[in-house]
Amino acid sequence: MIVSVYHYMVLSAILFSLGTIGVLTRRNAIVVFMCIELMLNAVNLTFIALSSYLGNMDGQIFVFFIMTVAAAEAAVGLALMITFYRNRESIDVEDFSLLKL
Amino acid sequence: MEILQQLFFYVVALVAVISGLLVVTCRNPVNSAISLVMTFFCLAMFYVTLHAPFMAAIQIMVYAGAIMVLIVFVIMLLNLGSAVAVRYRHAVTGAVVASGLMLFQVLIMLKKGSVSVVRGPIDAAHVEAVGHTELIGQSLFTDFLLPFEIASILLLVAIVGAVVLAKREV
Repeated sequence: MIVSVYHYMVLSAILFSLGTIGVLTRRNAIVVFMCIELMLNAVNLTFIALSSYLGNMDGQIFVFFIMTVAAAEAAVGLALMITFYRNRESIDVEDFSLLKL
Repeated sequence: MEILQQLFFYVVALVAVISGLLVVTCRNPVNSAISLVMTFFCLAMFYVTLHAPFMAAIQIMVYAGAIMVLIVFVIMLLNLGSAVAVRYRHAVTGAVVASGLMLFQVLIMLKKGSVSVVRGPIDAAHVEAVGHTELIGQSLFTDFLLPFEIASILLLVAIVGAVVLAKREV
C-alpha cells in the first residue's frame, strides 16, 4: 500500500481540526491568528495533494493565491493588533468587545 | 522502496501533527510560532514528495520566512508574557467536541466517497521534463492572468492598509 491521496487528505483534516480547536479556545489574538494560518495550510495541502493526484495544475495556482491572501491578511491583521494594543494595552480577544451592545 | 516512502510519510506527518498540537497548547506565543514554523517545514516536505518543488520553496520563503518573521516581530514588539490563559473550560470542551465532529464527518466522507479520476496531462515525468516553475508560470500567465493582476492590487491595498493602520497619528 503506497502513500495515496487519502493519507494526505486525512492528515490535512487533522491539521484543520487542530487549527479550529486553537481558534475557538485560545484568547491571545496572535495565537488565534497563527491557528488560522495552520488551517490555511491544511487546505493548501489538500489542494496540492489533489492537484498532483489528478494531474492538473489549477490546484497549485489556487495555493499560490491563498498564499498571497495570507500574506496580505498577515500584514493588515498584525497592524490591527498593534493599533488595538496601543489603545487597550491588551490583545486578549475577550477585550475585542467595542461593538458589543 | 514503498516501505521507505510510507515510513517517511508517517514520520513527517507525526511531526506535523505534534507541532500543530504544540501551536494550540503552548502557553508562550513564541513557542507557538516556532512550532508553526516546524509545521510549515513538514508541509514543504510533503509538497516536494507530491512533485511540487516550486510550491515547497514558496512555502518556506513566504510562510516560514516572511509571515512568521512578521508574527514573531509583533510578538516581540508587544512584549507579551504568557499571562494570557485559555478560555473557560466549557468553551474548550465545546471547541474540542465541535472540531472532533468535523473531523469525524470528513473522515467518513473520505472513507465512503471516491475521487472521480479525470486525469490531467501533468504527471511526475512531465514535471521532471518541463520543470515545475515553468509549468506554474505558463498556467499563471495564460489561464490565470486576471486573478494574478487582482492579487497584485490586493497586495498594494494591504501595504497601504498596514501603513495607515499602524501609523501613530492618522
